[in-house]
Amino acid sequence: MTTMNIIQAVNNALHIEMERDSSVVVLGEDVGKFGGVFRATSGLYDAFGGDRVIDTPLAESGIIGAAIGMALYGLRPVPEIQFADFIFPAFDQIVNELAKFRYRSGGQYPCPVVIRTPYGGGIRGGHYHSQSPEALFVHTAGLKVVIPSNPRDAKGLLLACLRQKDPVLFMEPKRIYRASKGEVPEEDYEIPLGVANVVKEGSDCTAVAYGAMVPVVEEAAKKADAEGISVEVIDLRTLLPFDIETVVESVKKTGRAVVVHEAPKTCGYGAELASSIYERALEYLEAPIGRVTGFDIPFPFSLEHEYMPNADRTLGAIRKTLEW
Amino acid sequence: MVQILDTIGACKYTHGGRLHRALGDSEMAAKKAAKKAKDDLRVVLDNDGKVLKGATVPEISDDELLKIFDTLLMVRIVDDRMMRLQRQGQLGFYMKSLGEEASHLSVFPLRKSDWVLPSYREQGAWFWAGYTIDDFINQLFGNAEDPIKGRQMPVHHSANWLNYVSISSPVGTQIPQAVGVAMGMKIKGTDEVAMTFFGEGTSSTGEFHVAMTFAGVSKAPVVFVCRNNGWAISVPQAKQNAAESFAAKAVGYGMPGVRVDGNDVLAVIQVAREAVERARNGEGPTLIEAVTYRREGHSSSDDPSVYRAASEPEEWAEKDPIKRLRGYLKERGIYSEQLEAEISERHNAAITRAYERAQSLGAPDISTLFEDVYEEPPWHLEEQRNYLMEQERTRNPHHHN
Repeated sequence: MTTMNIIQAVNNALHIEMERDSSVVVLGEDVGKFGGVFRATSGLYDAFGGDRVIDTPLAESGIIGAAIGMALYGLRPVPEIQFADFIFPAFDQIVNELAKFRYRSGGQYPCPVVIRTPYGGGIRGGHYHSQSPEALFVHTAGLKVVIPSNPRDAKGLLLACLRQKDPVLFMEPKRIYRASKGEVPEEDYEIPLGVANVVKEGSDCTAVAYGAMVPVVEEAAKKADAEGISVEVIDLRTLLPFDIETVVESVKKTGRAVVVHEAPKTCGYGAELASSIYERALEYLEAPIGRVTGFDIPFPFSLEHEYMPNADRTLGAIRKTLEW
Repeated sequence: MVQILDTIGACKYTHGGRLHRALGDSEMAAKKAAKKAKDDLRVVLDNDGKVLKGATVPEISDDELLKIFDTLLMVRIVDDRMMRLQRQGQLGFYMKSLGEEASHLSVFPLRKSDWVLPSYREQGAWFWAGYTIDDFINQLFGNAEDPIKGRQMPVHHSANWLNYVSISSPVGTQIPQAVGVAMGMKIKGTDEVAMTFFGEGTSSTGEFHVAMTFAGVSKAPVVFVCRNNGWAISVPQAKQNAAESFAAKAVGYGMPGVRVDGNDVLAVIQVAREAVERARNGEGPTLIEAVTYRREGHSSSDDPSVYRAASEPEEWAEKDPIKRLRGYLKERGIYSEQLEAEISERHNAAITRAYERAQSLGAPDISTLFEDVYEEPPWHLEEQRNYLMEQERTRNPHHHN
């Protein structure tokens, strides 16, 4: 075990996989000698050379388009989109191409590209360095969407992504990139996709979150405990396909649920989660499902902390399910 | 008036005679540019198939020439038959290549291990590579034997056994992908080559420019074939490009740009060969502009009479690629009317056979709807499949599949 933050864990996974599998190629803006603006690809260039760690021209549609070509050809490209906010020039390549290649070719052309991109607010980045566009991609048939919340998961999930054959959007919570530290096994291990993690068991209310909202929910759960409210905290880890069983079983036990994400509320991921729970566990619910989310406004700069869900708002939503 | 000016603009490189009229300064400049571009056009055969003075004929064996002729004829016959099926209501949609067939033979110098990322109007490339008429027609019908399982509308073929990549409708997406394939070839240290096709209208997309930059910088072994057929649906080429030519754009990306008479299959092959060899030798990408003309509509849904003069396609019929190759074969003493009749008969018979089978087959099984979204269907797709199958059982209780 070594103590790592999320960036180091991602970096470690990339090192392991590039060492193990010579078809793995990293590409993106500043990922080479510089090692990425967040340093997630640090050291890869020196270890594996410029052929496999490629500083591309500054164009996201080209990065993803080229990655698709590499994957069709049999490589395992891991493109980095510097900020999730910059992913939109590549939206067509991701949604219409990458996600559809296997299907539209009748299974002839799998396209196992793992796109890494830091997402989320709370870093004083304003609209263009703070967004959480996961719902747009969860809505895209053919993609998998994975968001780790801690270093151990980041490494194990990324390694799992790199060893399956579907395209994945791997979104990294940059607000806790360095703040989230923990023990990470040095060896090679995988955390399977589609399996949630019950971070804390509880009996009164289930709180579901992912990425940077997991520590927020944990803090809320701690505060709730002090009030005598027992909260079960679920870290979803994979948003598509998500672990419906763990979520529904928990809600059947607690009878209440709150979903938390920093993306806007309307048609956000929480809407899907809530619907899925209603479809399967309506008769177990003691109260409507609470949604704690960002607002339906562009991501602000000066007032970003008013925008972001926090422990108090989460706690408020939890209380509301108990008071209903 | 606007329509007339557009038409002139559209033909500025290739209809020099129509420019002899009072023109403004900018039009004079355009005329000058057009003349230079015209001078740069690589041509081997004249309109009758005679070798032009000073032209070098690429080395192609008699057998290969006859196979090329066979392929071009096949495209023309298939196009004609499929469009008739479309007009009869047998087929939902079709796209012809009338007049552009020679440009498809840009793939002539490719090896089996090379890759092609096509657009939607290169039937000849597919047939040349060995895509069968059965696969072709089954795809158009989206039936149970469609190689892509009825997943896309007609003309969106895919054949991984030929390294021909699945076609997409949004134009230009294949161009950066082709660069990616070529970058992969370079990373793996092979001497393989990727070739991609697109129309001149597509050169206006961001994907084109992004891909050209990626290719130029990476020196990837990729050949870009821009089929300049004059029209992007109803919009003439002059509205897609203010540069001297489409090939002229190459200089901005650090690669050679070559203009070739896209109706002259010998010139097409000559230029493609040079570009493929450059790529294979590690000298990087090339942009080829194959100057040709779309003599019919963009697709079965189009009506060119609304936006261009009927005389335009008629003029281009003079430069017909099959007519020119036929003339050349005659010169070379390897053509006979009987041979052409036999080829036509063979293709027609094969098409009839393939069509009859294709239209007798049903759609792919409903259960396949959920396959290939992912390698394995996740729970939510299983759930949706079960729902649909249950609906089907209720609707049709005797269906036991």
